Amino acid sequence: MEPAEILSHAGGGAISLAWLMIVLPLAGAAILLIGGRATNKWGHLLGVLMSVGAFVVAALVFLQLIGLDPAQRRQSVNLYEFIPGVANIGLLIDPLSISFCLLITFVGSLIHIYSIGYMSHDPDRRRFFAYLNLFVAAMLLLVLADNYVALFIGWEGVGLASYLLIGFWQYKPSAAVAAKKAFVVNRVGDFGLLVAMFLIFAQFGTLSYAEVFPNAAQASQGVQTAIGLLLLLGACGKSAQLPLQSWLLDAMEGPTPVSALIHAATMVTAGVYLVVRSGAAFFPEGSTAGLVVTIVGVATLLAGAIIGTAKDDIKKGLAGSTMSQIGYMMLAAGIGPAGYAFAIAHLITHGFFKADLFLGAGSVMHAMNDEVDMRRYGGLRKLLPITFVTFFIGYLAIIGFPLLSGYFTKDGIIESVMHHNAILGWLAVLGAGITGFYMTRMVVMTFFGPKRWDEKAHPHESPAVMTWPLIILSVFSVGLGAYLVLSNRLMVFLSPAVGRPADLPGFHAFTVPGLVTLALVAVGAGIAIAKYGRSEVPVVQPRGSFLTVFARRDLYGDALNEALFMRPGQWLTRLAVFFDNRGIDGVVNGLAAGVGGSSGRLRKIQTGYVRSYALSIFVGAAVLAGAWFVVGTL
Amino acid sequence: MITAPTIEYFALAPLLIIFGAAIIGVLVEAFAPRYLRRAVHVPLTLLSLVGAFALVILQTIRGVPTTPAAMGSVAVDGPTLFIWGTILVLSFVSILLINDEEQFVPSAASVPGSAEEEKAITEGAAHTEVYPLALFAIGGMLLFPASNDLLIMFVALEVMSLPLYLLCGLARRRRLLSQEASVKYFLLGAFSSAFFLYGTALLYGFAGTVDLVGISRALAAAGGTETLLLVGTAMLGVGLLFKIGAAPFQAWKPDVYQGAPTPITALMASGTLVAAFGAVLRVFWVALGNDSWNWQPIMWGVAALTMVVGSILAITQTDIKRMLAYSSIAHAGFLLVGVMAVGEKGQNALALSGLLFYLVTYGITTVGAFAVVTLVRDPGGEAWHLSRWAGLGKRSPKLAGLFAFFLLAFAGIPLTSGFFGKYAVFRSAVAVGQGWLTGLVVLAVVASAAAAFFYVRVIVLMFFSDPSADGPTVVTPSWATSTVVGFSAFATVALGVFPQPVLDLAEKAAKSLFVQ
Repeated sequence: MEPAEILSHAGGGAISLAWLMIVLPLAGAAILLIGGRATNKWGHLLGVLMSVGAFVVAALVFLQLIGLDPAQRRQSVNLYEFIPGVANIGLLIDPLSISFCLLITFVGSLIHIYSIGYMSHDPDRRRFFAYLNLFVAAMLLLVLADNYVALFIGWEGVGLASYLLIGFWQYKPSAAVAAKKAFVVNRVGDFGLLVAMFLIFAQFGTLSYAEVFPNAAQASQGVQTAIGLLLLLGACGKSAQLPLQSWLLDAMEGPTPVSALIHAATMVTAGVYLVVRSGAAFFPEGSTAGLVVTIVGVATLLAGAIIGTAKDDIKKGLAGSTMSQIGYMMLAAGIGPAGYAFAIAHLITHGFFKADLFLGAGSVMHAMNDEVDMRRYGGLRKLLPITFVTFFIGYLAIIGFPLLSGYFTKDGIIESVMHHNAILGWLAVLGAGITGFYMTRMVVMTFFGPKRWDEKAHPHESPAVMTWPLIILSVFSVGLGAYLVLSNRLMVFLSPAVGRPADLPGFHAFTVPGLVTLALVAVGAGIAIAKYGRSEVPVVQPRGSFLTVFARRDLYGDALNEALFMRPGQWLTRLAVFFDNRGIDGVVNGLAAGVGGSSGRLRKIQTGYVRSYALSIFVGAAVLAGAWFVVGTL
Repeated sequence: MITAPTIEYFALAPLLIIFGAAIIGVLVEAFAPRYLRRAVHVPLTLLSLVGAFALVILQTIRGVPTTPAAMGSVAVDGPTLFIWGTILVLSFVSILLINDEEQFVPSAASVPGSAEEEKAITEGAAHTEVYPLALFAIGGMLLFPASNDLLIMFVALEVMSLPLYLLCGLARRRRLLSQEASVKYFLLGAFSSAFFLYGTALLYGFAGTVDLVGISRALAAAGGTETLLLVGTAMLGVGLLFKIGAAPFQAWKPDVYQGAPTPITALMASGTLVAAFGAVLRVFWVALGNDSWNWQPIMWGVAALTMVVGSILAITQTDIKRMLAYSSIAHAGFLLVGVMAVGEKGQNALALSGLLFYLVTYGITTVGAFAVVTLVRDPGGEAWHLSRWAGLGKRSPKLAGLFAFFLLAFAGIPLTSGFFGKYAVFRSAVAVGQGWLTGLVVLAVVASAAAAFFYVRVIVLMFFSDPSADGPTVVTPSWATSTVVGFSAFATVALGVFPQPVLDLAEKAAKSLFVQ
């Protein structure tokens, strides 16, 4: 079934007020940033209010949308014509975008509330909320845009918010460096997205979805593939997929709510959104670009899982897991309409359980004086009962424990990939097994076993403003997957936006791959319990085997980047400086110097003597008359 | 028997109001007591501008005339009315700046630095003649683009220029520089007027008429290779290109802009430029429209040279007003691109509407920028040297922010009006679909990038340099100056974000093209 046509909204109802979703948090950010210290007292409350307001609008829009006939459920609302026919700001309200909106505003609001407690001792709490609001606004623009230009504005906006929030504690050199790294790596991806946009514009003369998507098939195969691959490059940057994954682990330098919201639940899934949104046009089933998407997805899901096995920093472990889970989504998104619904379903459930896990980790850190090393935790389940229970639910969800959220969505991905390509499918199964290992390791090291923490730490349960969001998130982590996947609810709902396969897949519990997955997860969990639960966990990190070090060093991704790009880049810079110094101005400065130099020389013509000006007019007139004569008589 | 000519008084009413007010102004100078003059001049001048503007609007609503007025010598058509409206708005804000008393010399006849000058200053003397002079100049600006025959156009040119020559020499500070500017402008202006007149004579020899439409008919009948025609158009072109400051006739612009009192510079850089472009369009499109193959290549060279010279020379300027003068030269080059974008009727309307829009945006931003320049002062007058502007962003962030914003608009950054001005003109040039013109657009974009360098350099200077201890003071603006700055900033934003209403208006004005 093909996606429905994009209609222009006739006006009326909540849909025509959809812009409020973006404007509310944007206004919040503006008030908090411009208002400065005067808003310190109530700034966090305003931030929460704006985010909740956006959620209310999203919910109303959703209710209006499901009241429409499925063929009518893609409506674009034109807000503002910037350059007629080229760049408009318009919103596309369809099942795909509204799903994202609900996820972003709901999880976002919970994380805003959680942050009231988490950041309560931070003198800059108001600025933190301003950035969070800015992020929500930009992310909503990204998913609501009805054209690539507005999407790009949102794309850069979330990049900016991410940069500001990773480096929120900028007095820590590591945070400042991590923010810069995220920014630079994302530049590579953004470059891909930009060039893709140039190509789209050159090919179709417009960047609006409504005009590009239906005509995509008219472009030649090569152009279509090129656009697809460049879009994928953009997606890789934002979603931390190979080979642009390196920034995400460092991004954990930001405050934990940021890691939960931006670097787990929402922003990093923007790449998946981009692929699914452009899917029918540039990643059709069986295309080269689609194949590359699946390969990138599988590679990342394995790499992320392997990195997760060796991390002792609880947040970095979760970051590796995020990479891995987004790899699953990418994998599903690459196989075409059969996978889109599962990719989005996993994206949504992952948004909930990963936010739950991150916030749980934040709660643990809050209790442990911001200690992140799991080797210094242990035995916390009795002291942090609520955190433990909610974290444990998130854990069961992510490893795909039967009947919890992750089970349905991940199994759905594995099943649909299996039909598409068995090799990729079995690799995804392997990834699930590794997930079982590293997540169990995390839970065991944190909550079980003897206590290994300092005398100075006094673990205590977090305040209610932090535990309630955890509880709500964990409730969704239990039931949401079943709701979305059973009877293909999400697939049917999304089909006007992304299309769906002709016959709906049924959900079969306990197929062969499903059983193997469960078995592998059990094996992984068993190994983890045996290794970390039954025997002593050393407080100081042991040297580890070759493989452990390999995983610990992020599969040498940073080393590779440094060897391939950074050092040659530095050498190139040095070389350029060398030429710059030796070759007077060098190649780089040559042009500027040339312009400046000719400016200096030309300036001498301006003598200030009126006679020479008159002469120049006279000569000019003579030249003009001569030229006129020559042109005229030719 | 001689039949009296018919005059369409309603169509010419805006002109008549301005000239009438100017003459009343002269009478006020002659008969009103000294202490009263200013109090009469200011409302008289502003009201006449408002009245003329109201009449322009009334005419637009009533329906644009389709035949030229005053026996075919003055064409009041869609483009003229749009240009009139623009000039009247720009003049109004410039008069508000002129009203700022600190700018003009108390006694122009006294030798700079002499005891007489001291005395005039202590007595609080003032040259209130600036108001009627400015009104005469504005009247000339209105007539210049509307004239439908070359002799009227010449008269308009002189009516516009002569008061400006005088006004340029009346700066209160740096008086020698101001007087030098005045003399230079006068000499070179006279020189270029001679070219204009000579061109008119030659064209009369060719066509037997000075009527623009008559010349166009004669051209259609003849082949277009006559010596009289070729040399005549070249001479006429020199006169017109001088007024817009196109290279190689740009040399006067920096010297005059620098020396003139800043409010007069604002009036010249906005109003005169708009008027001169109107006249250029009328001559080249109406009279020489059938001959475009002959003048386009030459105009190509002039436009290319103008934007390159303007953009490159601006880089090494150290005087803020000279830099803005070179920026004005570069913008004249960009505008010339639009003059060349002629083709069939629809294409002409597209190009014309783009040019009209560009003129509005550039004029408004220019007045705003010069208004800011009047506010940053040293003990000896305006802080003209760029180095004095270092760190201004830290001392008075609002003013520096506004100036930075105007500069960004000059550079054509999106979400400012300058972006749409450039976009509209360049788009119309590309729409012609000729390689040579598209090449010129590419050159124009490159020149814009070079120009962005020196605009941004000032911004960097203002915001990222440390202010010097004895930096310039920013005076508290009078209500008039704050109105001007506020209006310009508002218009620059509004036209950058919601350009459509004004674009539509320009499109409507351009649709009928010039009357034939």
